[in-house]
Amino acid sequence: MTGATEELVVQRLRKRYGDHTAVKDVSFTLPPGSSLGIVGESGSGKTTTVRMLVGLERPDGGTIRIGGRDRSAPARGRAERLARAREIQMVFQDPYLSLDPRVTVGQCVEEVLRLHFPMETTARRERVAELLDQVGLGEREAAALPGKLSGGQRQRVAIARALAAEPRVLVLDEAVAALDVSIQAQVLELLGTIRREVGIGFLFVTHDLAVVRHITDEVMVLREGQVVEAGPTAGILDAPHHPYTRLLLSSVPRRGWNPGDAAAARRSLG
Amino acid sequence: MTEYETPALEIDGLGVRLPGEQAARPILDGVTLRVRAGETVGLVGESGSGKSVACRSVLGLLPPRARTSGEVQVAGRDVLAMNRAELAGLRAGQVAMIFQDPRASVNPLRRVGDFLTEGLRGAGTPAAAAENRAEELLDAVGIRDPRGALRRYPHQFSGGMLQRVVIAAALAGEPALLVADEPTTALDVTTQAEIIAILTRLQAARGTGMLFVTHDLELASAICDRVYVMYAGRIVETNGTDALFDRPRHPYTAGLLACTPHIEAAAAAPRPIPGRPVSLAEAPPGCAFAARCAHAQPRCSEETPELAHHGDGLAACHRADEGIKL
Ligand SMILES: Nc1ncnc2c1ncn2[C@@H]1O[C@H](COP(=O)(O)OP(=O)(O)OP(=O)(O)O)[C@@H](O)[C@H]1O
Ligand SMILES: Nc1ncnc2c1ncn2[C@@H]1O[C@H](COP(=O)(O)OP(=O)(O)OP(=O)(O)O)[C@@H](O)[C@H]1O
Ligand code: SF4
Ligand SMILES: [Mg+2]
Ligand SMILES: [Mg+2]
Repeated sequence: MTGATEELVVQRLRKRYGDHTAVKDVSFTLPPGSSLGIVGESGSGKTTTVRMLVGLERPDGGTIRIGGRDRSAPARGRAERLARAREIQMVFQDPYLSLDPRVTVGQCVEEVLRLHFPMETTARRERVAELLDQVGLGEREAAALPGKLSGGQRQRVAIARALAAEPRVLVLDEAVAALDVSIQAQVLELLGTIRREVGIGFLFVTHDLAVVRHITDEVMVLREGQVVEAGPTAGILDAPHHPYTRLLLSSVPRRGWNPGDAAAARRSLG
Repeated sequence: MTEYETPALEIDGLGVRLPGEQAARPILDGVTLRVRAGETVGLVGESGSGKSVACRSVLGLLPPRARTSGEVQVAGRDVLAMNRAELAGLRAGQVAMIFQDPRASVNPLRRVGDFLTEGLRGAGTPAAAAENRAEELLDAVGIRDPRGALRRYPHQFSGGMLQRVVIAAALAGEPALLVADEPTTALDVTTQAEIIAILTRLQAARGTGMLFVTHDLELASAICDRVYVMYAGRIVETNGTDALFDRPRHPYTAGLLACTPHIEAAAAAPRPIPGRPVSLAEAPPGCAFAARCAHAQPRCSEETPELAHHGDGLAACHRADEGIKL
């Protein structure tokens, strides 16, 4: 029971922009330590959904609860806002944009600690080193500005910064999409290790179904803001029920692939 | 075999080097690569390996003050020896290039119709005929209401739609060779499938040769007849697609395959290649991959392995004959 009470429960989440509904009645549950993939074409509402979870966007309807605490209503006061920010942390696609170019890597992680935890300076510095070590960064990188690091290193900094808040849920929005294949594999391996060791839940937003196969337990397919299919990842990738899921799958390049199959799948969607 | 036919592209021993202290090693070193008419040839490798520099050399575009050696022949003529007028003719006619970001290829202030017809009009096609041709091309790349599209501006198109326009423009001059540098990397998976379907269909129908750069090995394995693998500015392995992916001879090729996530149910989890690629500031002796290679031996960091025949392909590894398994 204790585990289940800490799960993330999202019910009938909605978001409208003008007369366009970007997210329609999206519901899902993320137990602690599990990993859920959110997939769908560009514009299907993936980012809008997770932005509401982290509080970057106000929902027009529905609830978001962690351990029964409602986070969808406006926060009352700074303490509640901070507590909410801690619980769900987000890593974006482009580490260039999400890191302050004038702040060293070490300071950037330290700021998060200072914000959330009362700590002695020495203890805080030690924790910074520990967090950076966890993502494979050393003293040299800690002293560097983000501009001096590679894309993969910057993405590690963004992950370390998110982990510093000791969140229950880590949201990764296309966090490996811009990385080179081998760096992408390094970051995926790192994320797998973190999930095993720290036991936090992952929400993995991506349109790369091959990545979903390897990093998620469950997957939710969004089309035009609605969930069309959801369930265990292997089941859905091996035996998709919804024609839209079949379209996504037939679009994935692989040996012997016929890109024309995707066009046929699109037509059968009507 | 049509060995006597002039290839669409023949790069022979291409070297590109920045002047003086700017780099410890050449950007490209002894790159030899061929694309025959109607063939799709892949060029893969990690970021910084030199794929884009190789592509751009085909249009005669080189880094400022770079020194070159070797030859780049398009339809039998050496691009590196061309003057400005000849290069302009080459780019308007025999070779067309498609880049990752379609917005970088079009002028945002000009209508799509002007962008599509400028090459044709420059080649002497009357305005009305050029417009009809542009309309046909937009139709061929799956743009609805092509006539209306000609009047619109680039910002009125999504990335995927604009990339179709760029492909239409690339095909307008009926080039012998298409150079596509990560043309679908910025697009989502279904749009990528649509663009690839259009590109491969039109290219096959016209017998155009295509050099296709990607870092997605799954995509390369899906559409290429042959693939070249590049590391630190050199071709380290090449073979027919199936042979290359079934039996890689070079540990770097095997490493790239192992770090690629595969969609198949039985696929192993992606495994990273240790370390990072060598930068331009580094020129390690011997094999450039040695510091990251699980199979390295003492001689690997002393003697540079030459590209040599192994089976039907070529590989530059001292241990290519031993049947590398990672
Ligand atoms: N701030 C906004 N104002 C108006 N419309 C918006 C806004 N943000 C998103 N939208 C619209 O909401 C829909 C969903 O967008 P969203 O960014 O969530 O999609 P996505 O699935 O993340 O796509 P991508 O794969 O391209 O990132 C789209 O139609 C988009 O145009
Ligand atoms: N105009 C230039 N001036 C100086 N150096 C350059 C120039 N263009 C490329 N380089 C260098 O040449 C090397 C090869 O670059 P290139 O862009 O060809 O790599 P790539 O394989 O296309 O990588 P990516 O996958 O990131 O596109 C890099 O070290 C790059 O920094
Ligand atoms: S030459 Fe040696 S170091 Fe280089 S790839 Fe072959 S085995 Fe590895
Ligand atoms: Mg998004
Ligand atoms: Mg490039």
